[in-house]
Amino acid sequence: MSIRERLSGNEAVATAMKQINPDVVAAFPITPSTEIPQYFSTFVANGSVDTEFVAVESEHSAMSACIGAQAAGARAMTATSANGLSLMWEMIYIASSLRLPIVLNLVNRAVSGPLNIHNDHSDAMGVRDSGWIMLFSENNQEAYDNTLMAHRIAENKDVQLPLMVCQDGFITSHAIENIELEEDSEVKNFVGEYKPEHYLLNRKEPIAVGPLDLQGYLFEHKAQQAEAMKKAKQVILDVAKDFEKWTGRHYGLFEEYKLDDSEIAIVCMNSTAGTAKFVVDKLREKGVKAGLLKIRVYRPFPGEEVAEALKNQKAIAVLDKSDSLNAIGGALFEDVVSSMYVNEENVPMCNYIYGIGGRDTTAEDIESVYEDLQKIAKTGKVEDPYRYLGLRREAK
Amino acid sequence: MAYNVKEIVANKPSRFTEGHRMCAGCGAPVVARHILRALKEEDHAVICGATGCMEVSTFIYPYTSWTDSFIHTAFECAGATLSGAEAAYKSLKKQGKLPEDEHTKFIAFGGDGGTYDIGLQSLSGAMERGHDMVYVCYDNGAYMNTGIQRSSATPRFADTTTSPAGKVIPGKMQSRKDLTTIMAGHHLPYIGQSIAVGNMKDLYEKAEKAIYTEGPCFLNVFTPCPRGWGYATEDLMQINKLAVETCYWPLYEIVDGKYKITYKPAKKLPIEEFLKPQKRFKHMFKPGNEWMIEEFQKEVDKRWQELLDLEEMTNTKENT
Repeated sequence: MSIRERLSGNEAVATAMKQINPDVVAAFPITPSTEIPQYFSTFVANGSVDTEFVAVESEHSAMSACIGAQAAGARAMTATSANGLSLMWEMIYIASSLRLPIVLNLVNRAVSGPLNIHNDHSDAMGVRDSGWIMLFSENNQEAYDNTLMAHRIAENKDVQLPLMVCQDGFITSHAIENIELEEDSEVKNFVGEYKPEHYLLNRKEPIAVGPLDLQGYLFEHKAQQAEAMKKAKQVILDVAKDFEKWTGRHYGLFEEYKLDDSEIAIVCMNSTAGTAKFVVDKLREKGVKAGLLKIRVYRPFPGEEVAEALKNQKAIAVLDKSDSLNAIGGALFEDVVSSMYVNEENVPMCNYIYGIGGRDTTAEDIESVYEDLQKIAKTGKVEDPYRYLGLRREAK
Repeated sequence: MAYNVKEIVANKPSRFTEGHRMCAGCGAPVVARHILRALKEEDHAVICGATGCMEVSTFIYPYTSWTDSFIHTAFECAGATLSGAEAAYKSLKKQGKLPEDEHTKFIAFGGDGGTYDIGLQSLSGAMERGHDMVYVCYDNGAYMNTGIQRSSATPRFADTTTSPAGKVIPGKMQSRKDLTTIMAGHHLPYIGQSIAVGNMKDLYEKAEKAIYTEGPCFLNVFTPCPRGWGYATEDLMQINKLAVETCYWPLYEIVDGKYKITYKPAKKLPIEEFLKPQKRFKHMFKPGNEWMIEEFQKEVDKRWQELLDLEEMTNTKENT
């Protein structure tokens, strides 16, 4: 039986961590994810978990300690945001290359500079090609559920990759919403024991981890990482199926909202999807065939499935909450465009950079995107594919 | 049991095997092998290497020289990486997931680059948090792995590739950082400064104390580098001896805050004896550069005196 509660996104994630009861948590505070290690250290102080909490002196050390712990044979978790993830960057790549299924809760925030503590996705986008599985969450419930599913995915023998669960800083991390929690014992049962094949603390089989890996082998090792990432897609779906059987809550690679008969669609991630659904409903009342595709699994990117889901649209707008500053659009846009092209689906598409540094994105903003899409759908032409949404004035 | 190097070498199998690619005449493998000999045979070890000469020469995929478990992650985080492994051990032990009567020891090895400089924060954090581990710095006084660049452990006037002895600037202009006393500021249960000299009793005993003292312990071990320092490979042990006899590298330990100098030369040799066999100090012996040797000597004398004072101060009656 699910338990009805009211929790913030950070509380939801900390609760999931408590129920998972990892062997080691190493973390360093940074807004807006600070509450996660705060709540968690309270669980440690009160003896409600078995975890060794390592209060490290930096995020670089947080990820280093997680790597050391996971390689030693423990389940290790951490949480961070923005510059914390930037400081971890070196170790993020090392964690995935060592095939360590560490789980990180990323509370998305703008990466400096200048300094800004509010939500956008520039932190996550900075590590999108680092070999981590990346799940995005619309609200506290999804952040909780994704965290509960994380270890089953990451630790799967075909995968063995680290995983990050993303949610929007402040918008979901600090907003208190209704949530359905699961029983501790059921969570424990679902997540299961961590049983690594090889680990440092196995004295019967000492191992060496993290070699100098030169021209003769590194290429093959990277190809193995890539293969594991491809295999993760099916594992994510399998775990979601089990999760649905248990909780009744359904998860796929992405969520299609009124997409089956829509003519114009928005693609976005995290909390913006909530606003977009509200707008879709409103437009539907007016007879506008609007739809939404919300990415849940950003890495591995479900290119083929996304192309299949979007192929019947007359116009598509991809919303990026991070600017790649590269003159050819945001990261999600590039991913969707390349997926469509490779799968030979030719739909007019445009990109909106929005919500940078926590700029509020209103229902009116989203509605204006659908209005733009209606125009594109009529002509079939996109004159300016790289656009801003909510920018005070054109930055020219 | 009294220390007997022959017995130790004969009876304790080396946990650091041959076949590694460290240079002939390098001090580091001698140090690593002997420190690991201080482990009880029945104990397992998890060893962490910071990126550096030792790591890249001992663990080239798919080979390793380490018979215990070994992990390398990056340059600046051996302290943090090993603290994670130690936390895992504590957690799994507490949960009954590891056998109660079997012990694992945690030892990190980092060069002066990975310890004095880029890894200082990670080391400081790990020591402050009190992990049950030993961090060993093998100090060869420069970034040797990348090709002899100056570090904060490089002695004054040394010629390195980023502090070259030029026409205007005669080598490194700053004195070396004293990491051992920085670690003393962390109030660790055991700190040792050692070297591989003679029958290596000093090194073995300090390693044993560091490994088997509960809590965070630190060893700073002087390890000459033939390429960086410019000495003949066969002179390794002679260079070590001169470092000690000139008091350039004093041997001492700090046990719960009390300093103990473990070797006091009967007759302190002039610093020239240590400097002369090394090419990195060659320019100091050119006519007109006598002031450099004098200043070097002054610095050595000052630091030696400070150490004598610290020993006296921390062992007075009020403190005992």
